Amino acid sequence: MAEEKKLFKVTIDNITVEVEPGTTILNAARRIGGDVAPPAMCYYTTLKGSGGKCRTCLVEVAAGSTADPRPMPKLVASCRTNVMDGMVVKNVTSEKALDARKGIVEFLLINHPLDCPICDQAGECSLQDLSYEHGTEGTRYTFNRRVFEKHDIGPYIQLHMTRCILCYRCVYVADQLTNRREHGILDRGDHSEIATYIHKALENDFIGNVIDVCPVGALTDKTFRFKNRVWFLKPLDAHRDCPRCSGKVTLWNRGEEVFRVTARKDQWGEVKDFICNECRFEKKKTADWVIEGPTRIDRHSVISGNHYVDTVAPKETLPEVMGGRKPKLLMDINQVSEVNRKDIDLSGIQGPAHSVDFEKENS
Amino acid sequence: MGRKLLFENVQVEGIRGYDVYRREGGYRSVEKALGEMTPDQVTDEVKKSGLRGRGGAGFPTGMKWSFIAKPEGVPRHLVCNADESEPGTFKDRYLMEFLPHLLIEGLIVSSYALGSHVTYIYVRGEYSWVIDILETAIGEAKANGWLGNNILDKGFDLEIYVHRGAGAYICGEETALLESLEGKRGLPRIKPPFPAVKGVWDRPTVVNNVETLAAVVPIILIGGEEYSKIGVGKSTGTKLISACGNINKPGVYEIDMTISVEDFVYSDEYCGGIPKGKKMKACIPGGSSVPILPANLLLKTAKGEKRLMNYESLSDGGFVKGSMLGSGGFIVLDEDQCVVKHTLTLARFYHHESCGQCSPCREGTGWMEKILRNIDTGKGKMSDIDLLWDIQRRIEGNTICPLGDAAAWPVAAAIRHFRDEFEWHVLNPEESQKRNYGLAHYADPLEPAVAAV
Repeated sequence: MAEEKKLFKVTIDNITVEVEPGTTILNAARRIGGDVAPPAMCYYTTLKGSGGKCRTCLVEVAAGSTADPRPMPKLVASCRTNVMDGMVVKNVTSEKALDARKGIVEFLLINHPLDCPICDQAGECSLQDLSYEHGTEGTRYTFNRRVFEKHDIGPYIQLHMTRCILCYRCVYVADQLTNRREHGILDRGDHSEIATYIHKALENDFIGNVIDVCPVGALTDKTFRFKNRVWFLKPLDAHRDCPRCSGKVTLWNRGEEVFRVTARKDQWGEVKDFICNECRFEKKKTADWVIEGPTRIDRHSVISGNHYVDTVAPKETLPEVMGGRKPKLLMDINQVSEVNRKDIDLSGIQGPAHSVDFEKENS
Repeated sequence: MGRKLLFENVQVEGIRGYDVYRREGGYRSVEKALGEMTPDQVTDEVKKSGLRGRGGAGFPTGMKWSFIAKPEGVPRHLVCNADESEPGTFKDRYLMEFLPHLLIEGLIVSSYALGSHVTYIYVRGEYSWVIDILETAIGEAKANGWLGNNILDKGFDLEIYVHRGAGAYICGEETALLESLEGKRGLPRIKPPFPAVKGVWDRPTVVNNVETLAAVVPIILIGGEEYSKIGVGKSTGTKLISACGNINKPGVYEIDMTISVEDFVYSDEYCGGIPKGKKMKACIPGGSSVPILPANLLLKTAKGEKRLMNYESLSDGGFVKGSMLGSGGFIVLDEDQCVVKHTLTLARFYHHESCGQCSPCREGTGWMEKILRNIDTGKGKMSDIDLLWDIQRRIEGNTICPLGDAAAWPVAAAIRHFRDEFEWHVLNPEESQKRNYGLAHYADPLEPAVAAV
């Protein structure tokens, strides 16, 4: 077929793939996967017009195409540059690109508060991942960091502008998913901020998706704030019949308790099916959902450390040592403890303990 | 005495008004272009003239015009970039203020060549009085049949609109200008697609500087070939230079690009030398974004030849030993000026004007300003100089638009040529608050280049 012929051959870090014309370098590299795929902080496949701003995905183009094999003079943003037939791209094999990326990470971090220990995004933060992979240990920045006042933007979403890296993704979400955009970028340069201008609540049906697309902890879920660390939660794929959206979500559970609901993300941390506010904020009972099974977290995230599936519990050795006798306890923790409820035997609970097991919640 | 093409009649009284302008031979190029030439012939003349963009980058105008996409049924636009915000550059203001009809005449001819029926002049908002002058001139031109429908009965329609900018330097970048013209935030677009394919409202667009479009008038009148004979090499025609700083006669001068920098600074016809008999320490030859040069490298190239006021000669030696003609904002610093303070002023400007879209420029410009402020106020460290160098290196070339480069180059050049002065500031924090480093060796004759063995 003629269509077959149209495929472009592109070589990225000495690995050749064939992709359709119109594919970006970034997407071609993601086809290869692994380290070859440049990091992307602002590009989002499903959001039209996104990308090109954060500059973390800069790569070196060693040969433009078969027809014009000259190298490109500058590093190019791989998320917004289309491949040409015979293009040769260097990402991790390019000193220049890696050095530039190191610089970008430094630039992104100089005004970031680095408050990861109290940030809800920690553990699933793109900036955290990026700085672990490409950043340096210390900082050369010795000045006061930029801070913003916190803005209240409604009952569901917390805006913490100080953490923002100005990727513009949330602006594109509001433009492309909701019927009206009520927030945007104010001001210019390093004092530009995401804001609603006059303090206004964001209450569109789909506005909750700004939380999912935010690469850092600038936009967080108010119903989940400070409730738990993401890596203590167990992500589960679940769905429900939703009249507004696909209803396909990830539940973040601890035992039976649903701590938060997010849309499902792919291995690049991107959402394919955006979900509505009702699914995200209102359905916080396991009974509301049909659970499909544990979510697979592809990347080497701390969250994957929490997968319980297929783990084998270590063998209890005490009864064996004691010849079958039960150990004699000097103290019954359930009687002494002032924390848990008296009627619950902590060691008798299946799976992790959760808040209903504790006295404080019920007294 | 250089030949004047644009400013030939600038001293004629009342040249700003239509009647005098017409009496002095104005609008002849429109009669010639619309009457005797096809649009392609106009473009060919401009190509032959070798005219290069006068906004700073120096891209050949005729080539830019020939790139414009011509899809069926899609209108094309010409946009005149009058958002002249580069510190040190004020040539376009002068031209628009005194010869508004020359710009309109150039716009009519260029629009005819490009097939633009709606042409915009994007003027920076601070030039409020210039906007009034332009609108009056457009009104006069329209009343006399040079604009509107069926100009000169040749079937060519054209309207010119003046759009007022809102005070952002970044809107002088062509794609940010187009965004602003559409009524959006002035953020540079990611290229490609280039404006020649998808410009304003996704239509093919050419954006040209005021001086470039005005230069089309003499090109049509005397012919491209004749025009290309003025000047040297690829620097053809005349160039407006706005000279300022420590000189006796600041102002806008039209030069024919064959005179030497030394003549330009010291001759009475142009800048008239440095006031109070002081010596020149440094100079930025082409607007604040281009690298600063110490006096010795400015007057002579690294090869020991006399440096001329043109594109090639000023950029001789690359960024290590040369600079750029840029937009022609010629800023002279005498022996009493402090390069550190001067660099801080520029860094502050670029920090303030960064649009904040892409991270290296948004964060890096502010960082550079803070470090420079420390050095300037005597709180700097020796390592700060290397840090500055590293920051500018990581901004340059990694941004969406050239503002990142423009912010990096002045800092890079200042450190490259005036590192002694930076170090002196760091080592003598108290003394540096009381006096300047002075001329030092910056005007000493260059050592003869060592012949390669």
